[in-house]
Amino acid sequence: MPQEADLFTRSESQDILNFKIDLLSRHHKSDSLIPLLQSAQDSYGYIPEKIIYYISELVGIPPAEIYGVITFYAQFRLKPLGKNIIKICQGTACHVNGSKNVLSALQDELGISIGETTEEGIFSLESVACLGCCSLAPVMMINNETFGNLTSEKIKLTLRKFRT
Amino acid sequence: MKKIKVGLGTCGISAGGKLVFDKFKEELYSKNLDYQLCETGCMGMCYEEVLVELELDNESFLYSKVTVDKVGRIISEHLQNNHPIDDWLVKSKGVSRQDDFLNKQTRVVLRNCGIIDPSSIDEYISENGYEAIKKVLSSYSPQKVIDEVTKSGLRGRGGGGFPTGLKWKLAHNEISDTKYIICNADEGDPGAFMDRSVLEGDPHSVLEGMMIAAYAIGASEGFIYARAEYPLAIKRLRTALSQCMAKGLLGKNILGSDFSLNIKIKEGAGAFVCGEETALMSSIEGKRGVPKLRPPFPTQKGLWGKPTTINNVETYANIPWIILNGYEKFASMGTEKSKGSKVFALAGKIKRTGLVEVPMGITINEIVYDVGGGIKKDKKFKAVQIGGPSGGCIPASMGELKIDYEEITRTGAIMGSGGLIVIDETTCMVDFAKFFLNFTQKESCGKCTFCRIGTKRMLEILERITEGNGKQGDLELLEDLALKVKCSSLCGLGQTAPNPVLTTLKYFRDEYETHIFQKKCPAHSCSSLVTYRIIDELCKGCTLCIKSCPSGAVTGRKKEVHKINYDLCIKCGKCYDACRLGAIEKI
Repeated sequence: MPQEADLFTRSESQDILNFKIDLLSRHHKSDSLIPLLQSAQDSYGYIPEKIIYYISELVGIPPAEIYGVITFYAQFRLKPLGKNIIKICQGTACHVNGSKNVLSALQDELGISIGETTEEGIFSLESVACLGCCSLAPVMMINNETFGNLTSEKIKLTLRKFRT
Repeated sequence: MKKIKVGLGTCGISAGGKLVFDKFKEELYSKNLDYQLCETGCMGMCYEEVLVELELDNESFLYSKVTVDKVGRIISEHLQNNHPIDDWLVKSKGVSRQDDFLNKQTRVVLRNCGIIDPSSIDEYISENGYEAIKKVLSSYSPQKVIDEVTKSGLRGRGGGGFPTGLKWKLAHNEISDTKYIICNADEGDPGAFMDRSVLEGDPHSVLEGMMIAAYAIGASEGFIYARAEYPLAIKRLRTALSQCMAKGLLGKNILGSDFSLNIKIKEGAGAFVCGEETALMSSIEGKRGVPKLRPPFPTQKGLWGKPTTINNVETYANIPWIILNGYEKFASMGTEKSKGSKVFALAGKIKRTGLVEVPMGITINEIVYDVGGGIKKDKKFKAVQIGGPSGGCIPASMGELKIDYEEITRTGAIMGSGGLIVIDETTCMVDFAKFFLNFTQKESCGKCTFCRIGTKRMLEILERITEGNGKQGDLELLEDLALKVKCSSLCGLGQTAPNPVLTTLKYFRDEYETHIFQKKCPAHSCSSLVTYRIIDELCKGCTLCIKSCPSGAVTGRKKEVHKINYDLCIKCGKCYDACRLGAIEKI
């Protein structure tokens, strides 16, 4: 069992999850689990362990089962991320237009692999199955900005903008 | 009213549409011009983004590849002095450079996409929106709705092709106090963006389709399960839902009838398998998205054990059109068993990438050459990949094949949800099969052993083939495993995961064999099997390749022919990319 000090106080957690609490439907409590987790991740950027216990109490699902749900879905993270999140598209159109080379250029440039964060915490690198802008392939997204028709040169220039 | 419409689907925004929109706003304001500036959804011509349409006195002018810098000239020359800039126009009364792209298309699902403002319910209503649900509630019995849909011949557009009318009938016949309706908007196939474009461009048509379906089966609660990676689609759906509530089109006693319906949005959390209907329902229930054994089918025992009808976005978007125009008109399009039209996301090595809607029965060649304008850089057309990771590759030699559920299934591919990726001679089919298998292998939920481990073993074989370590018997083993994965998996993911491998083995077996026995990649794409060579006659000794080489394998003096030391070469291809004279070749 977690120590009392590790847990958020009820009011703290409630603040964070407040606007989603109304999602707790009376008949099917369990269907609020994923929206609650999404809401927690929106607030923190990841899902802190402490919040799992709080949500568990709220929806009446054991923490172990919640952990199972978290690790099942690609969206959820148990660790904090870097300041800028790079999502490199690995969709089919990007693949046939050379996303493999773009990815290796990106990895060389950052010194990290997919799923990792740079030491100084500036970049996190993720891959996504498709960003849906196939006409601009190969594509990556940094935070909410899309960069298309990528080459290794273009990657260097783009990253420089975010480093400063 | 004079209107300026900027295409702001996700692709339009990625190409800089928002900046163009803001620039128009700023310029119109500073010049004090009275035009209505509005956003619209995807117009389909992704290759011409950013698209801006001017609607002036019943005449329309479509500008393509608009950038922030072009906005000033469009305003000063066209709007203020009435001189259209012909060079930038893609379509107007006098100019039409995109005849083929548009002429072979039939717009049913995309009838409003790129035409109306998706955030305005009034614009949808002005295009006969919500007339179908009015017609149904005032004069149709649920049975009559089902009959109309059945006679139209509409089949599930999510990929399976199950007759929609029959699905509704099964759910209608179940007796239960609660029934649910679900819209599957978890479009997970890489290279597919049909559903997203419909939701972004015309969300109300999907809602209206769901209402009609709910009335037909007797459901009073509905869910839209949308992919979390589609924030704009979700935002526009939310707007649409609240507009419907405000107008009394959703909620209790819709339009004064005794029909009530509430629709909620559920955001997915990033799991491809949740596109499978039983997994999707588990996910809505807040569980891990693991598929269940069928039967019982969702129409019997679905969400929380209640009868549930689940249809795809595109299927719903067809419904209001069928009700308003009659089933005969819908059934007059297409082939004997595949009626209506189909939306495809056309991408890959094709000149005109975009969203197209074509009548069923059109041939692959017509899509590639007429609609798509042929292959980029005029390379050789090799194959189309249809149906995403569950589909397969159809070779160029079968280009006369008709788009039809049965015809496509016969090739070993599937219709799928509508991703259509065109590939040319530079794509290696083994690598391509590996790409899809890598995807399905990662996305397998892990419940069925063959899907979990079998796909992993298949992937290992493909990896060693592309690395030059393939051996005798690998292809037979691959086929054996493929068939076992297909027949020992519970859901569509596992049952179709081997399709990309099986179809490439069927049509491009020689390419696999060249990899294994001659240790060569005919497309020069698998890096381990490629050798780089400097063509002495073309090398001018500029040292660009030397500078680019990370392993110091290229050597030579300025103005002398360079050499590659094969002991040091790591085959990264950087020298090949760096050379501006084409003096390095892949063999």
